[in-house]
Amino acid sequence: MATLRFTKDHEWISVDGGIATVGITNHAQDQLGDVVFVELPEVGRKAGQADAVAVVESVKAASDVFAPISGEVTEVNSELAANPALVNDDAEGKAWFFKIRVADESELAKLMDRAAYEAFVKEES
Amino acid sequence: MSAAAASAEPLKRTPLYDLHVALGARIVPFAGYEMPVQYPLGILKEHLHTRAQAGLFDVSHMGQAFLTGPDHATTTAALEALVPADVKGLSPGQQRYSQLVNDDGGIIDDLMVTRPAAPGDNGKLFLVVNASRKDVDYAHIADRLPGNVKLQPAPERALLALQGPGAVRIMAAHCAPAARLGFMQAAPAKIGAFDCHVSRSGYTGEDGFEISVAGSQATDLAKLLLAQEGVQPIGLGARDSLRLEAGLCLYGHDIDETTSPIEAALAWSIQKRRRVEGGFPGAARIQDELANGPKRKRVGLKPDGKAPAREGAEILALLGERLGAVTSGGFGPSVNGPVAMGYVLADYAQQGTPMNLMVRGKALSASVAPLPFVPHRYAPKS
Repeated sequence: MATLRFTKDHEWISVDGGIATVGITNHAQDQLGDVVFVELPEVGRKAGQADAVAVVESVKAASDVFAPISGEVTEVNSELAANPALVNDDAEGKAWFFKIRVADESELAKLMDRAAYEAFVKEES
Repeated sequence: MSAAAASAEPLKRTPLYDLHVALGARIVPFAGYEMPVQYPLGILKEHLHTRAQAGLFDVSHMGQAFLTGPDHATTTAALEALVPADVKGLSPGQQRYSQLVNDDGGIIDDLMVTRPAAPGDNGKLFLVVNASRKDVDYAHIADRLPGNVKLQPAPERALLALQGPGAVRIMAAHCAPAARLGFMQAAPAKIGAFDCHVSRSGYTGEDGFEISVAGSQATDLAKLLLAQEGVQPIGLGARDSLRLEAGLCLYGHDIDETTSPIEAALAWSIQKRRRVEGGFPGAARIQDELANGPKRKRVGLKPDGKAPAREGAEILALLGERLGAVTSGGFGPSVNGPVAMGYVLADYAQQGTPMNLMVRGKALSASVAPLPFVPHRYAPKS
């Protein structure tokens, strides 16, 4: 498994062979609480970096999920649409949201590693 | 649920604040208070637990006040000048839901009015108003009372709600007189060693009790109730989803100073004598709407798919005409799907009418659904 990198909007991204897998962090699911609905992007959608491409809803509220990098959506996690609670069970694993073809590798360098993300979360709270 | 608007006022705490923290609550600002939005169980399970067993809610942020005059007729006449409900007709120990209405027939707040059961309390009424509105309400009421009727807020009192089908069993074990109350009845009673004022009411759609107690005793009483089998502490998150499924209004969302009780589908709370006689603010509009129907109505809305439609979503007719907006909406854990309420033009208020809810620029198909979404399971009226 490739190393995870993180955004300030609490997405994680993992790149393998030019394809990035994206989800929301364990911290994000904990803050959201019970996830009851996810809306996933259409395969083929071309996203710019930080575009809102998916939605995650808890009992309380709806939150956007942003594309951590630009690129074309190649696959979405249909299991997640059927079972949104998976986000609470395994946010940084089975509950990935979508895959995106990396368009510009330099965008990845600007994202945080886990240590930096954890420091960011601590600072934010 | 709305977070309190940013304000210079420091947030207040209820007497149960330390207990909430000790129980692992997530605390959020709400109506000027630091309140538990959820406990470690989480909103979904807290909601389902309340419908299955019993949940304990801290509602001490709500405003409790006494209206005191020389006799029942005088005090009730003073309140009837402000609300459309029949207050005079309350028998001792009876509770009633009503609204403070303005001169345009809009709702300043919704409230519970109780005529205390004790004979010594003749001329007294007990009011419970919304936390977010209590300053507005108290000023409004105090300004309009005759000289011999006084409003006495009771900020030193806490208010707990024990809700759910298991609540009566717990009360029967610790407060037999309370367990014998009918729906919307109230009495002074001791729970364990604590002097309380208990009513058979709540805001979840379930059977349950609201317990007013001295703030200094609230934590010990809450601990006693939480120690009973089947009781979990429940936060404001589940309180909101429970009341939404029960089709009950949240002030500032489903009702406000522009909505009349008739538009809000609260005509049931205006008894016959008041409909005929009037004599409350905004009576002209309210009586006209009772006779001829309001222009818009609060209705239940059931989205066809799984996506929730939340407050603010526009409601459009199938041909695109704007009908109104969603005023409360989200996921209903007991319904296991999205539920919402909102106002639509009266011609579109019939059950089953199809319409679209605009969510993130997309039209979600939905239809007008009967309220409540989950049947009320109140105790019988006795």
